[in-house]
Amino acid sequence: MTMLVHEGQPTLLPRLSASRKRERVERTDGVAPKLRSRGLRAFFGKKEVLKGIDLPVAAREVTAVIGPSGCGKSTWIRCLNRMHELIADARLEGAVELDGRDVYARDVDPVLLRRRIGMVFQKPNPFPTMSIRDNVLAGLRLTGTLARVRPAEVVERALRQAALWDEVKDSLTQPGASLSGGQQQRLCIARTLAVDPEVILMDEPCSALDPIATARIEDLIHALSDRYTIVIVTHNMQQATRVSDSTAFFLMGELVEHAPTNQLFTSPKDRRTEEYITGRFG
Amino acid sequence: MTAATASATSEPSASLGTGAVGDPSGAVEPAVGDEDPRPLTGRAAPWHERVIEIGLFACAGVSVLTTIGIVAVLLGETLQFFGEVSILDFLTDTQWTPLFSDKHFGIWPLLSGTLVTSGVAIAVALPFGLLAAIYLSEIASPRVRSLVKPSLELLAGVPTVVYGYFALVTLTPLLQHVVPGLSGFNALSPGIVMGVMIMPLISSLSEDAIHAVPQSLREASYGLGASKLATIFRVVLPTARSGIAASVTLAASRAIGETMIVAIAAGQQPRLGIDPRQPFETMTAYIVKVSLGDIATGTTEFRTIFAVGSALFVMTLSMNLLAMRLARSFRGAL
Ligand SMILES: Nc1ncnc2c1ncn2[C@@H]1O[C@H](COP(=O)(O)OP(=O)(O)OP(=O)(O)O)[C@@H](O)[C@H]1O
Ligand SMILES: [Mg+2]
Repeated sequence: MTMLVHEGQPTLLPRLSASRKRERVERTDGVAPKLRSRGLRAFFGKKEVLKGIDLPVAAREVTAVIGPSGCGKSTWIRCLNRMHELIADARLEGAVELDGRDVYARDVDPVLLRRRIGMVFQKPNPFPTMSIRDNVLAGLRLTGTLARVRPAEVVERALRQAALWDEVKDSLTQPGASLSGGQQQRLCIARTLAVDPEVILMDEPCSALDPIATARIEDLIHALSDRYTIVIVTHNMQQATRVSDSTAFFLMGELVEHAPTNQLFTSPKDRRTEEYITGRFG
Repeated sequence: MTAATASATSEPSASLGTGAVGDPSGAVEPAVGDEDPRPLTGRAAPWHERVIEIGLFACAGVSVLTTIGIVAVLLGETLQFFGEVSILDFLTDTQWTPLFSDKHFGIWPLLSGTLVTSGVAIAVALPFGLLAAIYLSEIASPRVRSLVKPSLELLAGVPTVVYGYFALVTLTPLLQHVVPGLSGFNALSPGIVMGVMIMPLISSLSEDAIHAVPQSLREASYGLGASKLATIFRVVLPTARSGIAASVTLAASRAIGETMIVAIAAGQQPRLGIDPRQPFETMTAYIVKVSLGDIATGTTEFRTIFAVGSALFVMTLSMNLLAMRLARSFRGAL
C-alpha cells in the first residue's frame, strides 16, 4: 500500500479526515499536479498585474519562480492561497486548482484553504507577543485545533523539521522576536509546518538573511520537499538552481518559460529567459 | 554684549588663519562673493530667523513657567494645609466635613465619588470604544470609516455643561424607570454620560494603536488559516495591547479630572461607598463648590481645595505618565 506518507511517523494531526487521506494517496502518484493556475489574471484596481498565467505545480517538488522585480511573482503565489484578495481593490480572474478543484469556487472557504496551503513571507514575521513555543502553536490555536494534538510533540516536531530545535529547545518560553533573523525565519517555517499544510509557498524567504542562514533554509527546503509541495519565489538564480526541481520565469505579468530547472538554466528556449539568466536585464 | 563682540572678533581671526591670504577684513569675506560665491564662514541664516527662534522659545517658556507656577502655588498651599491638618487624617479619616462644625478631613469620600463616577464611565467607554476602534480599523470600508470617525470625535467636542444637564434632566429620569432606587443625583447617570464623552478618546487612540500593528502579522495569521475574528482577537489586539491600555489610561485620567458633568448631575454629598445609584461628591465637584461658595480665602476650609487639587493632580499626572510609558513600550514592541 502506498497509502499515507506519514505512516510510521507520529502524525502532526492525528485525526486527518478520510477525504484528506485520500488526497494524500493522489499526491503520492506524482502524475497530476498538486496545484495548477489556469488563465490566472490579477489586478490591482485597473492595473493588470498577471496576464493569464497557466502553470502547473508538481506535487512534492520544489517549483522556483524567478523574474525581474515587479513582474508579478509575489502576486502570483499570493493568488494560490487566496491572500491576494485581502488587499483592497485587488481582483482576480481565472482559476487555481488544488488537486484538481478550483479554490476560487464559490463554496471554498479561503480560511480552510490556507490551512492546506501555508505561506512563509519575505520578512520573518513571528508574532511579537508570543513565545517561541506559542509561535509554533499559533496556527493550531488560531484555527481552534490545538485541543486535537499533543502540543509538546507538535512543537518539537515542527522545530526539528525546521532545523531549529537544537538551538531553541532550552528557551521555548522566550519571545519569538528574541531570535536572530535566520532563526526567526525558521521559526516561521516551523509555525507553518505545525498546521500540517500540503503546500508551502515561500516568497523570497531568504532575502533578509545572511549567506549562512540562507544555506540552512535551503537545506531545509530540500529536506521538506519529499513531504511537501513547495513554491519558492527567489531573486537569486543560484538559489533556484540549488533548491528547485523546476523553474518558472515571469516577465511583466506573463509566464515566459517553465521547465526543469537544469534545462531552463542551461538551454532556455526563450530568448528573454536567456537574456535574464545571463544578466542582460532585470 | 561683550560676549557677542568677542565672538564676532574671534571669527574673522579664525578665518584669517585658514582663509585667503592677505585679507585683513575676514568678517566681510563672505560678502565679497565674487571671489568665493559659496563661502563657508559667516551666517547662513539671516538675523530675523534668530529673532523668530527666540520668540518661539519665549512662547514655549511661558507655558513651562505657567505650569511651574501652578504647581508651586498648589504645593505651597497644600503644605500649609497639612501644617494645619494632619496628613494622616487626610489619608485615613473616612469622613469629609470640612465645612461643618464637626470637621473631618478624610479624602476617601471624595475619592470614592471620583472613582465610582469614573469607573462607570470606563465601564461604558472601554467596551464601546474598543469595539468601535476594531470596527473602524479592521472591518469598516474606508468610506464608512471616513464618515464614522469624525462623527465619533464630535462626541468629545460637546461642551461638558451640555452633557451635565443632559445627565441631570434627561438621562437620570429615564434611568429611574429601569433602575430601582436611583436618586435624583447619582453616580450612574453622569458616569454613563462621561463614558460617552471619553469613548472617542479610547476609540481614536486605540484605533491608532491597532492601525500601527504591522500588516505582516495579519498576513501571517491569515496565512496560517486563521479567520478574521481570530486574527483580530488573538493577533492584532494582543499586539496592540499596550497602546490600547495607554488609551484607556488617558481616558480614565480625563474622566477623573472631569468637573462639570459630575458637579451638575452627581450631587454634592461626600459619601464613602460604591453604589452608583447614590449621590456622590467628586473631588472636582467639591473644588467647584468651594471656589464658587462664600468661604473666605486663607482659611483652612478654603485650603482644602488645594489639598484635594494636589491629590487630583497626583492621580492624573501619574496616570498620564503611565499612559506615556505604555505607549512607548507599545512602539518598542513593534
Ligand atoms: N498592493 C498593491 N497595490 C497596487 N499595486 C501593487 C500592489 N502590490 C503590487 N503591486 C504591483 O503589482 C506588480 C507586481 O508586483 P509583485 O509584488 O507581484 O512583483 P514581484 O515580482 O513580487 O516583485 P519583487 O521581486 O520586487 O518582489 C508591480 O507592478 C506592483 O507595482
Ligand atoms: Mg515580491
